[in-house]
Amino acid sequence: MTTHYLILSGLLFAIGAMGVLIRRNAIVVFMCVELMLNACNLAFVTFARQNGNLEGQIIAFFVMVVAAAEVVVGLAIIVTIFRTRRSASVDDANLLKY
Amino acid sequence: MGETITFWVLAVVSVGAALGMVFNRRAVYSALMLGTVMLCLAVLYAVQDAPFLAAVQIIVYTGAVMMLFLFVLMLVGVDSSDSLVETLRGQRFWAAIAGLGFAVLIILAVGNAVFAKEAGLAGALGQAGYIRSLALLLFTKYVFAFEVTSALLITAALGAMVLAHRERLAPKQTQKDLARARFQGEHPSPLPGPGTYARSNAIDMPALLPDGTVAEKSVNRYIARYDVEQGHLPEDPKLADAIKHRAAIESSDEEPA
Amino acid sequence: MESPVEIVQHTTGGMIGASWLMIAFPLLGAAILLVLGRMTNRWGHLLGVAMSLASFVVAVLAFLELIGLPAEQRRQAVHLYEFIPGMVDMGLLVDPLSISFCLLITGVGSLIHIYSIGYMSHDPDRRRFFSYLNLFVSAMLLLVLADNYVGLFIGWEGVGLASYLLIGFWYFKPSAAVAAKKAFVVNRVGDLGLLVGMFVIITTFHTLTFSDLGKAIAANPPSGGAVTAIGLLLLLGACGKSAQLPLQSWLLDAMEGPTPVSALIHAATMVTAGVYLVVRSGAFFFPEGSPQALAVAIVGAATLLAGAIIGTAKDDIKKGLAGSTMSQIGYMMLGAAFGPVGYTFAIGHLITHGFFKADLFLGAGSVMHGMNDEVDMRKYGGLRKAMPITFATFFIGYLAIIGFPMLSGYFTKDGIIETAIEHNQVLGWLAVLGAGVTGFYMSRMVFMTFFGQKRWADDAHPHESPLVMTVPLMVLSLGALVLGAYLVLSNRLYEFLTPAVGAAEEAPHFAFTSVPGLATLALVAIGAAFAWYKYGRAEVPSVQPRGSFLTTFARRDLYGDALNESLFMRPGQWLTRIAVYFDNRGVDGLVNGLAAGIGGSSGRLRRLQTGFARTYALSILFGAALLAGALLLVGNI
Repeated sequence: MTTHYLILSGLLFAIGAMGVLIRRNAIVVFMCVELMLNACNLAFVTFARQNGNLEGQIIAFFVMVVAAAEVVVGLAIIVTIFRTRRSASVDDANLLKY
Repeated sequence: MGETITFWVLAVVSVGAALGMVFNRRAVYSALMLGTVMLCLAVLYAVQDAPFLAAVQIIVYTGAVMMLFLFVLMLVGVDSSDSLVETLRGQRFWAAIAGLGFAVLIILAVGNAVFAKEAGLAGALGQAGYIRSLALLLFTKYVFAFEVTSALLITAALGAMVLAHRERLAPKQTQKDLARARFQGEHPSPLPGPGTYARSNAIDMPALLPDGTVAEKSVNRYIARYDVEQGHLPEDPKLADAIKHRAAIESSDEEPA
Repeated sequence: MESPVEIVQHTTGGMIGASWLMIAFPLLGAAILLVLGRMTNRWGHLLGVAMSLASFVVAVLAFLELIGLPAEQRRQAVHLYEFIPGMVDMGLLVDPLSISFCLLITGVGSLIHIYSIGYMSHDPDRRRFFSYLNLFVSAMLLLVLADNYVGLFIGWEGVGLASYLLIGFWYFKPSAAVAAKKAFVVNRVGDLGLLVGMFVIITTFHTLTFSDLGKAIAANPPSGGAVTAIGLLLLLGACGKSAQLPLQSWLLDAMEGPTPVSALIHAATMVTAGVYLVVRSGAFFFPEGSPQALAVAIVGAATLLAGAIIGTAKDDIKKGLAGSTMSQIGYMMLGAAFGPVGYTFAIGHLITHGFFKADLFLGAGSVMHGMNDEVDMRKYGGLRKAMPITFATFFIGYLAIIGFPMLSGYFTKDGIIETAIEHNQVLGWLAVLGAGVTGFYMSRMVFMTFFGQKRWADDAHPHESPLVMTVPLMVLSLGALVLGAYLVLSNRLYEFLTPAVGAAEEAPHFAFTSVPGLATLALVAIGAAFAWYKYGRAEVPSVQPRGSFLTTFARRDLYGDALNESLFMRPGQWLTRIAVYFDNRGVDGLVNGLAAGIGGSSGRLRRLQTGFARTYALSILFGAALLAGALLLVGNI
């Protein structure tokens, strides 16, 4: 069964990564990042069961905490950018270039 | 057997929801799809002997984080939808290549790996029980990381406040300040409403029609009569004539309903 | 041949001991005039003349003291100070050779100083002119008085500097500035020869002092090769200074300077420094019959013919005289190649030439002074009545230079010719031919200037020059009349010079009726007659006619400038162009190309920074995938 969970995790991760690459709305990009983190968590939990210890679950817990902090700060940044630029598109914030 | 059925159902749902999240134009739908994926994952955690994580997943992710997402979406504009036109050349193609390649890579790696029989958590839990074992680990072995995480959360909260804070550059204007400014300006009274052509918003002055002619009916005849009696007539002879004319009309003639 | 160099008396007293005053007086004059500048404008020329005359007085007194001594004591060394410790002691050598030069330089120099008072009276920069003249006299005296090659070289460069300053005296004329530069550059070539020659001398003999060289040579006879090398290098130096082939090209252009300068520096004194160098070094480095002595003779013969040919074609009176100067110095060089007898006639001719050529130049200057500075002889004609004194003195100078019997040039030039024929038939007869050409071009000059129709410009009012100019002319023409006979007859000069240059096996005997002498006279007469036929009797066109090929050849200075240009200037320019090209394209190209390459590729790589976060994310994902793939390949996951 472990293999199934891991493949599901990989699929979700790849879908999340594709979403990050394809979507332009910063909030949706953020959601995709969350999806990737969740996919990782699934892998951690699966490995915890496979190996018979709780370390994987502990790490998954920490990932959640860090993801929550990241979401708070990231969304604040998006709001700030939107306030000045009236746009939430990641392509519009491209001034730092050649 | 039960786990297998659960897995396949939830796997199909979560992958479908994930794809829906990526390919839906509306951000709110995407958020809802993500919530679906998270709920599915919570169930899968529970199935895999991680009830605590399942609960946290639902409370923190599906509860708090998804609310935050939706809240920001409301703030930014809920009905804004992405255009489907890709602006970066080749971005979609290469994104698909990279994503598929990555997925294939992981599937190959995992598929080729040989796993022993699942150990299960029974051995790890021992007599302490699930929650106690987890707490034991968290507050002994990982206590330092735990404390650092708390510092991280506080910092993130502070950071969010600082980022969202708007600096007040001038003292706040009170109602008194606004009133004073109004009387010192050119228009103590409110400006004429949009769409009227009047040059004055006094009630005894007739309005002008779009072609410049005077609309006699815009003045109440009692007021017009009062003006004529008191001699309060405007300098413009056209307006003065209109008011006199209006004052001369008998009330019974043509009072609108 | 007895070496003269052994006999040296050291002295500190008397007028000879004080002979450094000769150098000091004009140097002081130059310093005062240059340092005080315009403050001395009113009396500067008088100070210059006074300093020159003071030098002359010292020279005369030293000369009298010297001839009062017995012949074997007539080489007096005056030690001044230690110049380069352990190598060169600065000192003066007062001997018959140097004192002859001193008398010529200060005597003729003083006359020309006096003449310049009148000639330069209208020039606002007369004071500067006199300071340069004084500087020149001082340097020239140092050149001839120094008892070593270093002192000689300092004087040598000093006269070069004075020559440069005086040729370019009217520096606002581009032609004068260019001529000064040309003289300076060509002289550098010769100076290099002298300098390298000095290097070879000091590495071979470990001394540069004339009196020690003889001992060093006697104690340690050098190989013939070293002496030949030294001789040829010194000859190169002499060629540069004396305008001998192949470094002759500057002298004709040097006539851009004021005429007294042409007379003093570019006729009477400085250009004879090369002859002095050859004679002074003769006993050491130019032994009779050596290849370097033959080279001296060939250079002399070639130059005397070239100068004479150039002189025939010039319409500019000063350039004609300049060609003549080249030619006469060629005679001196020819004479200086043939041992003590040759030296005697060379020095004799040098002295008489100093007089009659200065006379001719100053006469030309006097003519120009009366003709609004016109130098074209085709604009002269019939001037003998307008300026009788100038004509008379010029005519005496003319007779002296063509070798009219009993005048100065007759004795000294014939002496050189006969000595040359005795040693080398071919070169000797070429000198005879040269004398004939001299007769032609000098006669042409006299006829075009003083005889024939008046071809003056409309605003020309020729008049005789003031006495301050004509008196020096008279003195000089007196010298041109009698000096040759006095020096040559009864071998006065020969015996006087013997202590300095050594004695010949057989004392010279001047023969009035030798074959070469008669042949010379005949050729000179033919030349003069031909000149009369062409320019005296016939009418001279006032515009230069188109000449034959040969005339053009001579007018163009025998294509000396063209030769220099095509041989040295153009290849030099090509070389610099190639170097510049290599520097620009090669060295700079490498450096700039590297920089441009890096800059260009950076400019292109820069484009990767699009500013789109999604592009970066894509590359991150690709990198991660690659890493994962690599781990899968190499690891055993």
